[in-house]
Amino acid sequence: MYRPRVIPCLLLKDKGLVKTIKFKDPTYIGDPINAVKIFNDAKADELVFLDITATRENRITDVEVIRNIGEEAFMPFAVGGGINTLEHITQLISAGAEKVVINTATTNNPSLLTEASKIYGRQSIIASIDVKKKGGEFVVYTDGGSIRSTKSASATAKAAAEAGAGEILINSIDQDGTQEGYDIELIKLICNSVNIPVIAVGGAGDFVHFTDAVHNGGASAVAAGSLFVFIGRKRAVLINYPDSDELQEMFSNE
Amino acid sequence: MLVIIDYGMGNLHSVLKAFKRLRVEAEVTADPAKIQAADKLILPGVGHFKRGMDNLRERNLIQTLNEEVLDKSKPILGICLGMQLFTKSSEEGNVAGLGWLDAETIEFSFPKEEKKFRIPHIGWNSLKLGTQTRLYNGISDSPSFYFVHSYYVRSNHTEDVAASTEYGLEFTSSIVKNNIFATQFHPEKSHDDGLKLLQNFVEHA
Repeated sequence: MYRPRVIPCLLLKDKGLVKTIKFKDPTYIGDPINAVKIFNDAKADELVFLDITATRENRITDVEVIRNIGEEAFMPFAVGGGINTLEHITQLISAGAEKVVINTATTNNPSLLTEASKIYGRQSIIASIDVKKKGGEFVVYTDGGSIRSTKSASATAKAAAEAGAGEILINSIDQDGTQEGYDIELIKLICNSVNIPVIAVGGAGDFVHFTDAVHNGGASAVAAGSLFVFIGRKRAVLINYPDSDELQEMFSNE
Repeated sequence: MLVIIDYGMGNLHSVLKAFKRLRVEAEVTADPAKIQAADKLILPGVGHFKRGMDNLRERNLIQTLNEEVLDKSKPILGICLGMQLFTKSSEEGNVAGLGWLDAETIEFSFPKEEKKFRIPHIGWNSLKLGTQTRLYNGISDSPSFYFVHSYYVRSNHTEDVAASTEYGLEFTSSIVKNNIFATQFHPEKSHDDGLKLLQNFVEHA
């Protein structure tokens, strides 16, 4: 039976791992390679690394960091942050990443998705969309959530799928780091807009939220940050991941 | 020596890394002489079927592979696109494949309203094992492996089907036919069961 993927989404800043709340206040979590080792032992389905300051600093993630992650990761992993040319994608995939996550360029330059999918196949290209709810509308933000675009979330998702993205990573800025649950309305909207897999991220605080995003939102995969790196109300850093029985259990009544 | 055939189709790091972990000596190369000297071959790959065939042709590998696999019965494992290239033809680019298996590569095609089975098929899915179990020694009865593909293989010979998988329809997820082994899924990304499968190929193929 097909099981939705459960994906730790890890944020990189200055070569360390951090976690944000509503895209702000990055808290240092630890060393990325150490985290990969722990998620390996826990047999995580996939990993996503997002470099949260790359776009603003006009760079991509240091390929040496990606190479080191690739040496350790025994599961597929994706890398995002600052990718706006084909050359960036080639560098990251050559360094060992299976997939790239394209955020700002998805909104501003979707033809990059077309070029990249022609060379690397659409399964290597994740279009990432950061969304804030403004006056009842789901509005897309780019540049790490700092610039408000004129585009709606559903139109951006549709355009990305048509351009050649293999998956959509839909992120609610409002829910990021809150651990209060996903924005199910947003997930549903995106799932109804496209026929490619949708990965939900932003707000997971409990395994019940994963079930909710899949059964009620229609997501093909769920991603989370805080839930996998913090434990307890005081947000003590402790990397954790459900075991295979728990994963089966979560989605079993589908 | 095991050779992982490098024909410019996707990321071969993870395949090499898996063999490193198994402490099996492996080399990534497109050199026909090394392919001829190898004990066993791996044809991995992700991407477009037509580009895959074109790349094999440009590197003058088709004849070498036919000789090694068909004439000399050298064991080969095709992974993902590699498996599809073993078939007679693909709907992706409408071109002929290597034709080693009596099977076709077909596009997943569901009605637009179908939202449950999204394409690409990405993630963990289980196998229903057939009678050809050489790759599956020591692996549980209905194991799960990591898939990522938009096209699937349909075998015309049930006796070749080592495993099948359901995703909106039932497709051939693994084939074992004499010295030809194939998986649609990625054993190199499937944790312990994946490593076990690769080890089985090394030891029992």
